[in-house]
Amino acid sequence: MTSLGDFVEIFLQALTAGILLGAIYGLMCVGLGIIFGVMRVINFAQGEFLMLGMYFTFYVVVSFNMLWFLGPAVGPYTGALLAGPALFAVGYALHRFLISRVTGISVAGIEGEGHYAQLILTLGLSLVLQNGGLILFGSTPQSVRTPLSARAWEIPLLYDVNASLFLNKARAIAGIVSVVVAVALYWFITSSRLGKTLRAAADNAAAAVYMGIDVDRAYRIAFSIGIGITAIAGGLVATYNPFQPYIGLDFVIIMYAGVVLGGMGSILGAFWGGMTIGLVQQLSTLVLPTQLQNATIFVVFLLIVMVRPQGLFGRATERI
Amino acid sequence: MRAQRKLIAPVLVIAIVAMAWIAVGMMVTNSYYQLMLTLVPIWAVMGLSWNLLSGYTGLVSFGHAAFFGLGAYTVTIALVGYDITPWLGIPLGMIVGTLAGIVIGYPTFRLRGHYFALAMLAYPMALLYVFEWLGYQEVPLPMKREAPGFYMQFSDYRVYIALAVGLLVVSLLISLAIERSRFGMSLVAIKQNEPAAEAAGIDTLAWKMRAIMLSGAIAAAAGGLYAVVLLVVTPASVFGMLTSAQALIVALFGGVGTLWGAPIGAAILIPLSETLQAQLGDVIPGIQGVVFGIAIILVVLLAPEGIFWRIRDQLHRPRPVGVVPATPMAPRLVVETPLPAPQRERAPILTVSSLSKSFGGLRAVTDASFEVGEGEILGIIGPNGAGKTTLFNLLNGFLPPDAGKVVFAGHELIGLKPNRICRLGIGRTFQVVRAFPRLSVLNNVVVGAYATTTNDADAFAGASEALAQVGLIGRSDANASGLTNKELRLMELARALAGRPRLLLMDEPLAGLASQEVEILLKVIRSLAAQRITVVIIEHTMRAMVRLAERFIVLDHGRVLAIGKPSEVVHDEGVIEAYLGKKWAAIRAHS
Repeated sequence: MTSLGDFVEIFLQALTAGILLGAIYGLMCVGLGIIFGVMRVINFAQGEFLMLGMYFTFYVVVSFNMLWFLGPAVGPYTGALLAGPALFAVGYALHRFLISRVTGISVAGIEGEGHYAQLILTLGLSLVLQNGGLILFGSTPQSVRTPLSARAWEIPLLYDVNASLFLNKARAIAGIVSVVVAVALYWFITSSRLGKTLRAAADNAAAAVYMGIDVDRAYRIAFSIGIGITAIAGGLVATYNPFQPYIGLDFVIIMYAGVVLGGMGSILGAFWGGMTIGLVQQLSTLVLPTQLQNATIFVVFLLIVMVRPQGLFGRATERI
Repeated sequence: MRAQRKLIAPVLVIAIVAMAWIAVGMMVTNSYYQLMLTLVPIWAVMGLSWNLLSGYTGLVSFGHAAFFGLGAYTVTIALVGYDITPWLGIPLGMIVGTLAGIVIGYPTFRLRGHYFALAMLAYPMALLYVFEWLGYQEVPLPMKREAPGFYMQFSDYRVYIALAVGLLVVSLLISLAIERSRFGMSLVAIKQNEPAAEAAGIDTLAWKMRAIMLSGAIAAAAGGLYAVVLLVVTPASVFGMLTSAQALIVALFGGVGTLWGAPIGAAILIPLSETLQAQLGDVIPGIQGVVFGIAIILVVLLAPEGIFWRIRDQLHRPRPVGVVPATPMAPRLVVETPLPAPQRERAPILTVSSLSKSFGGLRAVTDASFEVGEGEILGIIGPNGAGKTTLFNLLNGFLPPDAGKVVFAGHELIGLKPNRICRLGIGRTFQVVRAFPRLSVLNNVVVGAYATTTNDADAFAGASEALAQVGLIGRSDANASGLTNKELRLMELARALAGRPRLLLMDEPLAGLASQEVEILLKVIRSLAAQRITVVIIEHTMRAMVRLAERFIVLDHGRVLAIGKPSEVVHDEGVIEAYLGKKWAAIRAHS
């Protein structure tokens, strides 16, 4: 067994861990990416919706054990998927009564001022949800335990009988579910009529209005879908990661980094942006101390933003 | 003198509020309230620092914690590691903050809008983890019992209140000085329309750099004092997301783009949040955040631009229209001299050779070569998409060409930034008027006049003169957002003229004007020729152009199709074909 062989094994282990983590990051970035891409709103409360998705899954699966008939392996994932429609409804109501006051076609003309209002509103919302969560759910860390999180698949590496990759089953399934949801959403956005409406509103809101598209409704749906998708990602994270009401802060920054990396406005890009973050985070552990793992994310993020401000998949459009 | 008198009132207000604050501080004995009386000015300073960069320029920073944290850690490390007193540590921190401003600003200002905002988020986050890694998880400031005053450690808490208020007063005066000078005006112009500011001769990058350096220094001072007051520094408390958010929230809540905003915001929000925490924090943990959040949401819905502006709008209701005589004075025109004979040879002021630009596969301008003679009026015509505006963008530096040379009055222009080109004497107006909508007409034009003089009073005089020339002097005090299309076009022209250009590039100045309005503009443009200002004008209105221009350049698909006198050009077959199609050209040829 050579040290090179060891390194390859460790590298492959980090790579697979990065891909699985990246898939979940990708999904949550897609949720934020839809909101940003369609509405051009920086939603600071996105991390809190991720947190709500976690607690939704927790209450449905653990506290009330509503999915007992699905068994301990399938139940948590079903619960995570159900967080999607549930938080979609929450997002719909929030947009209807709150977010629409400071976004949409009516404020599109206000340069600067409109942005400020959106920023503070979502910051305020984030504070209310975080601390409201603390009041409702308590500060004790919770988790959606699944028997799978203690099991792993062992994948033999062909070059060496002694080397093999370990895939934590809970993380692996969460990663696969993320990819499936992301693909389904991508198909929906590109193929369905509603998806085309969203893309039209995203591309040029004013022109979409003239084409008879209800842009404010498109915004509402985009916002709700974005919230729902991020909530699903939250439910999936909950299956292997303990959480408390303030966990959103840890993820909102990863989401923004991923969305900007992928190119704001590109949904596919948001997924790959999130994937990049996951990979960077895992692979950086090979060469750097773990405390600097998160610092690397931001350094890579800054580098890409400086070198390619439109992101990996975005397009640069600036007309003078 | 007028400017000086205007300064007295705000300085008085600052002095009175500071005195009152310190007086209250002297009477309060409860240490909890003393801490609050100290924290309010510190966060107000932090809000002012944020406002200095983001409020005036409109580039929202989510990363002001970077400066705050660097200031706090400089003071702490200087004291713990090198026994340097905070009296020196805070100024040292301000130097670090200024340097951080340079390091952060220079690359990040290449970004705009949301990209800038989010990139700024990354700096404090990266610093947070780096400081944790360096082992500065929780650094207490050592007690210096032998010489407390020398180490800024006072048993009487009221000294801290005075220190914090002093820092706030200094920050307010700096903000006031900026608001009332070309510094502030340039930042506001950048916020309202950055390309227009650049084209009007404002060195936008230089002003933004100054803003972020100053802002970084002030935030670092706030951070340094914060460390001294709280006596312990953790990466999360100074570099954390909440620190950046706090700066932004107090400024936005109180009012953006004004020095009064951040103090108002801090004075309301900090006590609210602290009191809630103290009263209810034990019973219902988190209630503070909920109430705080709801308060913020309510204010955004009721006063989206902040409390200050809301109150101001309530006090100063917009004056009913009609009180101010709305009749603009007639343009003070130079007596119209007959146009010089076009045949006469003119010395070229602008020489364009083989200029090319393509966007991906689209060749917007291809191998364009022409000369513009000094004092002439040259018309550029061509169908939509012919590359006319792109040509202007190449000439005034908005776009770098792929190939070719532009020489203006002996200066090579390629590679220069728009503000440099403007200062060399090329003014520009835009197809869609680029005004600074929330500035008065006079201030809009003053921004253009800054290019010609370093004296602000001269700039105002020059601006008034330019406004008189276009006949808009009667509307000087009106807000640019309330102007008609014609007035906006005249204002933009005045802004360009205030820079004393030798060459003026006008992009469709007649678009959207009624026929009498067109006449007014034509008169003004002709008067420029009499002042020996060279004019290159893009226009679709052929009838007006034939009366105005001495020569035409016809562009089609980015190529120069024809150059010549109007009468020749309009009969040129290639030109007719480009405008009306082959069929029409064939009919013309046979008739």
